[in-house]
Amino acid sequence: MPCTVTMTVNGKTVSREVEERTLLVTFLREHVGLTGTHVGCDTSQCGACVVHVDGRSVKSCATLALQVDGATVTTIEGLAAADGALHPMQAAFREHHGLQCGFCTPGMVMSAVDLVNSNPSLSEQDIREGLEGNICRCTGYHNIVKAVQAGAEAMNADQAAKIAAE
Amino acid sequence: MANPNGVGASVRRREDPRFLTGRGNYTDDFKRPNMTHMVHVRSPYAHALVKGIDASAALAAPGVVAVLTGADMEADKVGSLPCGWQIHSKDGSPMKEPGHFPLARGRVRYVGDAVAVVIAETKDQARDAAELVMVDYEELPAVAASTRAATPEAPQVHDEAPGNVCYDWHLGDKAAVDSAFAQAAHVAKIDLVNNRLVPNAMEPRAALGEYDPSSGEHTLTTTSQNPHVIRLLMGAFVLGIPEHKLRVVAPDVGGGFGSKIFHYGEEAVVTWAAKKIGRPVKWTADRSESFLTDAHGRDHVSHAELAMDKDGHFLGLRVATLANLGAYLSTFAPSIPTYLYATLLAGQYKTPAIYAEVKAVFTNTAPVDAYRGAGRPEACYLIERLVDIAAGVAGLDRVEIRRRNFVPASAMPYQTPVALQYDSGDFAKNLDIALPLVDYDGFAARKAASKAKGKLRGIGFSTYIEACGIAPSNVAGALGARAGLYESAEVRFHPTGSVTVFTGSHSHGQGHETTFAQLVSQRFGVPIENVEIVHGDTAKIPFGMGTYGSRSLAVGGSAIVKAMDKVERKAKKIAAHMLEAAETDIEVKEGRFTVAGTDKSLGIGDIALQAYVPHNFPLDELEPGLDEQAFYDPKNFTYPNGCHVCEVEIDPDTGVTQVVAFSAVDDFGNVINPLIVEGQVHGGIVQGIGQALLENCVYDDESGQLLTGSYMDYCMPRADDVPSFTVRYHEDQPCTHNPLGVKGCGEAGTIGASAAVMNAVVDALGDFGVTHLDMPATPEKIWRVIQDATPAMAAE
Repeated sequence: MPCTVTMTVNGKTVSREVEERTLLVTFLREHVGLTGTHVGCDTSQCGACVVHVDGRSVKSCATLALQVDGATVTTIEGLAAADGALHPMQAAFREHHGLQCGFCTPGMVMSAVDLVNSNPSLSEQDIREGLEGNICRCTGYHNIVKAVQAGAEAMNADQAAKIAAE
Repeated sequence: MANPNGVGASVRRREDPRFLTGRGNYTDDFKRPNMTHMVHVRSPYAHALVKGIDASAALAAPGVVAVLTGADMEADKVGSLPCGWQIHSKDGSPMKEPGHFPLARGRVRYVGDAVAVVIAETKDQARDAAELVMVDYEELPAVAASTRAATPEAPQVHDEAPGNVCYDWHLGDKAAVDSAFAQAAHVAKIDLVNNRLVPNAMEPRAALGEYDPSSGEHTLTTTSQNPHVIRLLMGAFVLGIPEHKLRVVAPDVGGGFGSKIFHYGEEAVVTWAAKKIGRPVKWTADRSESFLTDAHGRDHVSHAELAMDKDGHFLGLRVATLANLGAYLSTFAPSIPTYLYATLLAGQYKTPAIYAEVKAVFTNTAPVDAYRGAGRPEACYLIERLVDIAAGVAGLDRVEIRRRNFVPASAMPYQTPVALQYDSGDFAKNLDIALPLVDYDGFAARKAASKAKGKLRGIGFSTYIEACGIAPSNVAGALGARAGLYESAEVRFHPTGSVTVFTGSHSHGQGHETTFAQLVSQRFGVPIENVEIVHGDTAKIPFGMGTYGSRSLAVGGSAIVKAMDKVERKAKKIAAHMLEAAETDIEVKEGRFTVAGTDKSLGIGDIALQAYVPHNFPLDELEPGLDEQAFYDPKNFTYPNGCHVCEVEIDPDTGVTQVVAFSAVDDFGNVINPLIVEGQVHGGIVQGIGQALLENCVYDDESGQLLTGSYMDYCMPRADDVPSFTVRYHEDQPCTHNPLGVKGCGEAGTIGASAAVMNAVVDALGDFGVTHLDMPATPEKIWRVIQDATPAMAAE
């Protein structure tokens, strides 16, 4: 049965008529045309599909689009600034070679941002455990950990600067 | 001042911006006007006759455009998926090569074997309709384990392969080995399993077929590591499409690790179907479909013996391996347990006599083929486990027995008794760097500290060598390869001095868009942002063999060097003309062409402009333009080598193994981009740790059902399963036979790591009398070993 789902994606309101069984990841990829969010598995373990819903990371393959009707969704495409400047976490992944084939990367970066937002002072162990829901086959995680540490530092510095300015 | 974007620099990757912002172009991302979606009907049985297919309900379902079967393909004269490497048995007879059809013709031989496809307007409609296709199966007895398949009572997978034997092959000198054993003072033996693995690149396989009736041209977009190979195999052998009418595009590909080398049936089905129904057809695997149908890796059962003299010098090695090829021959399958495995059984040692026998059998499981390392992890694991056991038998320290038997650097180039000739390497040096790096001397104290906390600590070594950078075409051909293994490159200067390099290599994570550009920037002084690397599209690039076997820099990079040599030769002539000097007086350095002893000079950009606007140009001697192509056929394999050291701590109450430290000291010859090389090593190490401790692809032997069919049952390494690593390399032993002096690094981590982990685990369990444990060393397995040993210990 079709239904109409409306949400804000990367700052824009989108409204589509979809079947009720439509997953959020399918909604984003097929109906909104944002293919940055990826499908890597069918048991909601790999994390390639992670997006932010109302500011928290969510596996979009385990969410129905209609579950987030009315919500604010941010995908990897919406992370960089409007002028194209990379989010500090994106920049950190590049600086520390935290990606190779790039397929797990959107979900990994979105998870990492949420991880830092939830806990600004992460240890290496916190990062490794926090990313348990994101599988990477290429990097061996070594540089991902370094990237998240650097991204956290940069995000914290930005946050401190923002507070100082207020 | 060194070029910050030249050879040896850790240049940050140029491919990253699109991946980091969600703008990668993976096959499933593509949409075409009027596109349809394809879903397979796959056999739920490991072995069955297909008596009939009733598609009537499916055809009536909403959105369904077509339902196609093996009979439809047969009627259109579609051929069998070809095998690219022929092996001969001991008696000289060629291997058995049963038919391997994109859609089954009358019989299915593994769970997941494709029976039919449903093509519909949407993927959901295709999925729904696929469930309505009624297939009449007559189930047959099945066999999944290679050991049972090799017995006379086992079900026969293929009528034309009696005893399920594909080939029974050997390599080496049996008489010399028998003689060595006759004189041996010590003999070490091992029985081991190299467990089957699922490669599990994070991007599932996908294929998009299109047909343009105006031009008669087919286009296949596919998750492949080697588009030209697919074009050749599919065009010539399967669909009968002339190559100039078939374009294959491998866009951004989300990892391959070997599993995306092969020509899979789905590629042929979408290409054929697109013309048949007159609309583009896209297929994307579900992860569970990938588990069932991607080529699996490893799956060897081996017995090996090592003969030694009284001082622990290796005299002879004999190996017997049973290799599982699965239900059908995948593209390179026969070569993996033969020429990519047995030829590495010398390892880093000067064992004078080696004899290996490999019997390869068919079973009712997914086809098995190359997976990161492809034969070399199997060889390294066997040797390095056996050497540890040999140390115990000979009463020698595990480090000392290795040192005593290393091929010394002074013996290079070294001809092994198993066909390969190592060009360079200093194995003792790798060990000398590793020992202080891992504080080997301090291990005893760390072990005691662990014991005081109730934990078991072990340390393990893996001194590995591998052969990659495949391969010299005539050697490969003599050994049964049905393809050449050269690589191509075109270096095109544009009038305004920017450069496009067209390469037959493919990048699916390796960073070639960066590293190949570094080569050009270093050679000609062109700013790296003005160098573009194009790969993956057969319409744009000269014929190339693709990326696998750690060959991209060694072979692909060397082709680029040859093309750059041609560019430089031509540029020198142009410069001589422009500078009114003799060609012999022109000195070339990093893209500047200077008349010797003067300050009259030109940059490559000036020369490129002149080449395309030839107003002051030697037109009577030279053609305009600055655009050169080269093909490079390697003279030998390359031989990366190293020393991996793993330290583990096991909790005897739970059997859980923690990798507390892993260090790799490697010789990759010259290194172009250290950041990328280290990344390759990290990733490879984790795949090796995965095999040793976590991963196992398990089939139920009687039913042939895949028990580990998703990430819930197949344990992938996650971030909290592994530590950070210590990686070192040295460049003192460049490759002697390619212009870059590079050896390749893509597989080395995986090749060395499993043995280091297992040697550490066995070391940790030494007090329990354990001399060997098969992979994966899961907590349950370790816990049981400890439980079984403990009553005996309590009794002591």
